[in-house]
Amino acid sequence: MNITELKAMSRTVREDILTMVHKAGSGHPGGSLSATDLMVGLYFGGMMKVDPQNPDWEGRDRFILSKGHVAPVLYSVLARKGFFPLEELGTLRKLGSILQGHPHKQSTPGLDCSSGSLGQGLSIANGLAIGFRKQNKANRVYCLLGDGELQEGQVWEAVMTAAQNKLDNLCAIVDYNHVQLDGTTEEIKALGDLAAKWHDFGWNVIQLNGHDMDQVLKAFEMAAAYKGRPSVLIADTVKGKGVSFMEGDCNWHGNAPNAEQLEKALAEVREEETKS
Amino acid sequence: MSKVPMRDGYGKALLSLCEKGENIMVLDADVAKSTRTVWVRDQYPERFLDMGISEQDMVGTAAGLALSGMTPFVSTYCVFLAGRAWDQIRTTVCYNNLNVKLAGAHAGISVGPDGATHQSLEDVALMRVLPNMTVIVPCDAEETRKATLAIAKKQGPCFIRFGREAVPVVTDEETPFEIGKARLCREGGDVTVFANGAMVYEAMQAAEALARENISVRVYDLHTVKPLDEEAILAAVKETGCIVTAEEHQVNGGMGSAVAEFLAKNCPAPMEMVAVQDSFGESGQPQELMDKYGLNQKAIEEKIKAVLARKA
Repeated sequence: MNITELKAMSRTVREDILTMVHKAGSGHPGGSLSATDLMVGLYFGGMMKVDPQNPDWEGRDRFILSKGHVAPVLYSVLARKGFFPLEELGTLRKLGSILQGHPHKQSTPGLDCSSGSLGQGLSIANGLAIGFRKQNKANRVYCLLGDGELQEGQVWEAVMTAAQNKLDNLCAIVDYNHVQLDGTTEEIKALGDLAAKWHDFGWNVIQLNGHDMDQVLKAFEMAAAYKGRPSVLIADTVKGKGVSFMEGDCNWHGNAPNAEQLEKALAEVREEETKS
Repeated sequence: MSKVPMRDGYGKALLSLCEKGENIMVLDADVAKSTRTVWVRDQYPERFLDMGISEQDMVGTAAGLALSGMTPFVSTYCVFLAGRAWDQIRTTVCYNNLNVKLAGAHAGISVGPDGATHQSLEDVALMRVLPNMTVIVPCDAEETRKATLAIAKKQGPCFIRFGREAVPVVTDEETPFEIGKARLCREGGDVTVFANGAMVYEAMQAAEALARENISVRVYDLHTVKPLDEEAILAAVKETGCIVTAEEHQVNGGMGSAVAEFLAKNCPAPMEMVAVQDSFGESGQPQELMDKYGLNQKAIEEKIKAVLARKA
């Protein structure tokens, strides 16, 4: 996809997120919307090797959603990629659905791992990266983390493991949206200089605007080209991006829009199209 | 009878898996000398990962290795594996149903002078409530070796726990071992003892002693706590009418509880449990602690007599 198509896909995915969370009556729109452009860039920008016709293809790259609560953005991307029918998006969080509230590997085609208990994903990604290297396989591994999630101690254990093992087949992505459930990260447990922290832990740090598709694609390319150390994309983003009344507001971390709010939100997302 | 630490059996089994070129990885959290994974580190360094003092990260990394197609063996002190990394074991290993093998060393009160912080007495309870998990408590070094080889072949999450001390080797190369199948150690008609871990030897000693008082004790090595050998338990109740369980673990939630749950649902019968009675341990020599906390031949004999009195 070219940049114009990728931007259009981002709008579509945002519409999906809002609609599916509204239908479900619960879910996490804020962090899904902040991660949308990163996820679209990864899956549709040509970086992530997958085969929707053969979800278990051994040669595929792997994606671990460490911030499992933003399942809606991943589900939309997987459906739009063709892993399962779009109609399934309407079943999110419903009894018997292939789309569980938090990712469940066995339920959803295209999903590489279950997740939802924060702080665990990077360890899993490291294990995959070590395993592929031990078995002389060229697969790459991607892992999306939240910024609030970085308050979990296990993340920093894993940060050290990746550096110790020089996992250059691994790319971590921090969705740095500055807001967590109870408020801003600054108010609750400040993250300090994130780039310096990751750098001091031995990582190749790439900072970017996580809503600028050109920067997103370039960052993934730089990460893939970097050898000898793991790379992390610290992507500056806006929680609830694309919906003015959700942006930067922690109350939209885990709440579903009602019918009226959905209407307004969708109109705003579509309006972006005329602007761009 | 020779005495060997069960962890030697674990280390030996790992070496033979490496020798055979199995696609395994052995992980440890800075206690490789204690768990015997140091043998793998020295002979097959490419199959060994020292994760440092990061048990939660170790379990997550093992999950990733399993997702990449390898069979990881995760090794550390039992208390820090089953306790500290429980959420990782639950939500990442078991929910994904991953082929991760968890080995808890230095389990039980017999770890001795290190005291209560290092005495794992809750791990069987913590592990057996998890869906998809297999739970094994072998009785000696040889059975630990066989159990390790058996879980390597079995698909899915498996947990094995063993103690630090040298304990009598009561099985040999020819003794059968099958996951989920209790091993009959001694035939008897008055009462059945289901024991596991180091308590198997104590149970056999108790049975031998009581035979001189004309009490006929059947003894099973119930090495697999999950899945439970329901057939052996049913037959024991039907044929001997009462049950004693013996384990180096808390009385609540362990193997005895698993047997009690099954009995209550299927064939209620008088039952007594030899285990730690809902308390923490303390520092002391292993045998002093086993005696103080009622984990020995004498305690089993007393419970056998108590359950026989209830049966009559």
